[in-house]
Amino acid sequence: MSKSGTEHIKEAFVKGKAFIPFFTCGDPDLETTGRLVRTAVEYGADLIELGIPFSDPTAEGPVIQGANLRALQGGVTTDKIFNFVKELRKDVTVPLVFMTYANVVFSYGAETFIRTCWEVGIDGIILPDLPYEEKEEFAPLCKQYDVALISLIAPTSENRITRIAKEAEGFLYIVSSLGVTGTRSEITTDLASMVKVVRENTEIPCAIGFGISTPEQAKKMAKIADGVIVGSAVIRLIEENGVNSEKVVGAYIEKIKNAVLEK
Amino acid sequence: MAEKKGRFGVHGGQYIPETLMNAVIELEEAYNHYKKDPEFNKELTELLNEYAGRPSGLYYAKKMTKALGGAKIYLKREDLNHTGSHKINNVLGQALLAKKMGKTRLIAETGAGQHGVATATAAALLDMECVVFMGEEDTKRQALNVYRMKLLGAKVVPVISGTATLKDAVSEAMREWTSRIEDTHYCLGSVMGPHPFPTIVRDFQAVISREIKEQILQKEGRLPDAVIACVGGGSNAIGSFYNFIEDKEVRLIGCEAAGRGIDTFETAATINTGRLGIFHGMKSYFCQDKYGQIAPVYSISAGLDYPGIGPEHANLHDTCRAEYVPVTDDEAVEAFEFLSRTEGIIPAIESAHAVAYAMKLAPTMDKDKIIVITISGRGDKDCAAIARYRGEDIYE
Repeated sequence: MSKSGTEHIKEAFVKGKAFIPFFTCGDPDLETTGRLVRTAVEYGADLIELGIPFSDPTAEGPVIQGANLRALQGGVTTDKIFNFVKELRKDVTVPLVFMTYANVVFSYGAETFIRTCWEVGIDGIILPDLPYEEKEEFAPLCKQYDVALISLIAPTSENRITRIAKEAEGFLYIVSSLGVTGTRSEITTDLASMVKVVRENTEIPCAIGFGISTPEQAKKMAKIADGVIVGSAVIRLIEENGVNSEKVVGAYIEKIKNAVLEK
Repeated sequence: MAEKKGRFGVHGGQYIPETLMNAVIELEEAYNHYKKDPEFNKELTELLNEYAGRPSGLYYAKKMTKALGGAKIYLKREDLNHTGSHKINNVLGQALLAKKMGKTRLIAETGAGQHGVATATAAALLDMECVVFMGEEDTKRQALNVYRMKLLGAKVVPVISGTATLKDAVSEAMREWTSRIEDTHYCLGSVMGPHPFPTIVRDFQAVISREIKEQILQKEGRLPDAVIACVGGGSNAIGSFYNFIEDKEVRLIGCEAAGRGIDTFETAATINTGRLGIFHGMKSYFCQDKYGQIAPVYSISAGLDYPGIGPEHANLHDTCRAEYVPVTDDEAVEAFEFLSRTEGIIPAIESAHAVAYAMKLAPTMDKDKIIVITISGRGDKDCAAIARYRGEDIYE
C-alpha cells in the first residue's frame, strides 16, 4: 500500500455521499471481523472505521463498551490487529481508519504505532480523547507517515470549529449529539449550522456520527454532510448474532447505504 | 522550554473528548477569576471555618512517639473535619465555584464514599442537585457511605462497567458530563483528570500544608523533617506537601496502596508498578499492560484503589522531590489497629497506609526529628471491613 493516507481517504467521498460503518476488531473474533469488513465493502461501505479495543473507552456508550470488552476477553491485541489489517489489505481496497484511545497509541510507542499503520495500509486515526489542544502529541508523526489524524467537532465546539476545521486532515468527524456513542431516537443539534462554519474553513469532507441507526436518520444526515458514520447500531447486530452476523449486517448496511444515496 | 498549559513536567494536559473542551475552558476561566475575588475567598473561608470546622488540629502523638522510640510524631487531623475527611476542603471550593458559574447540579465519582459524601453534603448545603457515581463493588464495601449520601439527598448510581471500582466511577462520571454540561459541574475528587482539575483541587487542598506549617512553627519553632500522606489520586498528599515543596529539607513521602504486594497483580501502587500513559484526561503514570490496557488494580482501601496518580505527583517523583513508597494491606491493617489502640484514633484505612510507613520510618530517626502524618479521614466506615479481614463476621 503506497497510496498516501489523506489522498486515499478523499476517494471515499468522490462518488457521492459516503457510508462509513464501524467495527470493533476482534468482536467476537478477528476472523468474523474480517468477514464483516468484506461484507460491508460488498454492500457499499465507502470507508471503514476499525476500532482497536480499549479497556476503558470513556467516549463510548454501553453497546460499544460491550464490544470492547468482548474483543479484549477474546484475546485481541494491537499486534494481532496490525497483522489482521495486513491480511485484509490483500483484497480490501477501501480506505481504512483506526478508532482507538490515545493510550493505545502512546503505550505502543507512538512512532512504531503510526509507522506500522502506514506499513499495513491504515489511512487515518481517530482518537476521541485527543482534542485540538493535545494533537501535537501525535500530529508530527502522522504527518511524517502520511496517516491522517482525524479531528472531531462536537455540538459544544462553537468558537472552536474554525480553528479545528482549518487544520483538519482526511475528513472531519462531526459528533451529532452530546454524550457518548449509542443510538438515539432523535438528533436535535443544529448540524447544518455547524457544517456551514466548517465549509467556510476547509475543503475536506465532513461525516456525521453518534446516534445514527435508522435509514431515515441516515438520509437526513447525508443531506447535511458528505458522509454518515454508523457504529452502535452495527455493533448491536454483532452482539446479537456473533460469528453469524454477516447476513444481517450485510442487509442492514445495504439499507443504510441506499438511504444515504437517496436524493 | 516553555511549559504547556496545565503541565507538570511532561505530565498533565487535557486528553478529553472535544465535547468537554469548552466546559473545562469555561471552568478554568471562572476559577482564575474567582480565586482572586475577595468575596469568593471570604465566603469559602467562612464555610471552611464555620461549617467544616477548620483549622484542623496538629496533634502531638505522644504515646505513638514513645511506642516507636524514634522521631517525634504529629498527626494532622483531617479526620476531624465535617464529613470525616479532607475531601470537604476541595468540595466546598468547587461547589461554591460551580454555584457562581450558574450550575445547579453536581456530579461526582467516589471510591471509599468520602468524596461522594462530601459532595452530597455541599449540594445539600448550597441547594444543588447531586448525583454520585460509585463502583458497584465499592457500594458493597462501603454500604454505610451509600446510605449517608442518600440521606443527604443525593442519587447514588452503582457503576457496573469494567472492574466496578473507582476508575469506572470516574469514567462513568465523565460520560455523564459529556451528555449534560449546561447545568452540571463535575466535582472531581482528586488531583487528577484534565487541566484545570489537578490545579484547582490542589489549591483547595493546600490549606492542609498551610496550616501544618503555621502549627508546627508555633509548636516546635521549625519545619518538620518529613511529611507523610497516603496517595491514590493524591489529593490529601498534594495538600499536605504543597507548601513544603520549596522547603527542600522537608522529606515528602507518599504512601501507595500495594494491596497484596508490588510483586503481585493485586496492587494499586502506580509509581512503583506503573508506566507513563494517557488516561482519564491526563498524562501520568498508570498501571497498565504492554498494550496500554488499564490494569484492574486492587487494594483493601476503596479510596486508593485507582490505577493512576495525579500529574503533579508524577512530576514530583520524576524530579525526586517526593518519594513514593508501597504499603501492603497487611501493613495498613496493622497500622489501623495500632493507632486505634495507642492514641484512641481510628484512622481511615487509606490514612492507615501513611501511618504504616511512619511506623517503619520513625524508629530509624533520632528523637529530635519530627514527622507529620496526615490522617486524611476517620475510620468508622472501615470497621466492618477490617473486622471481616480479621475473620470476624460482622456486617453494618
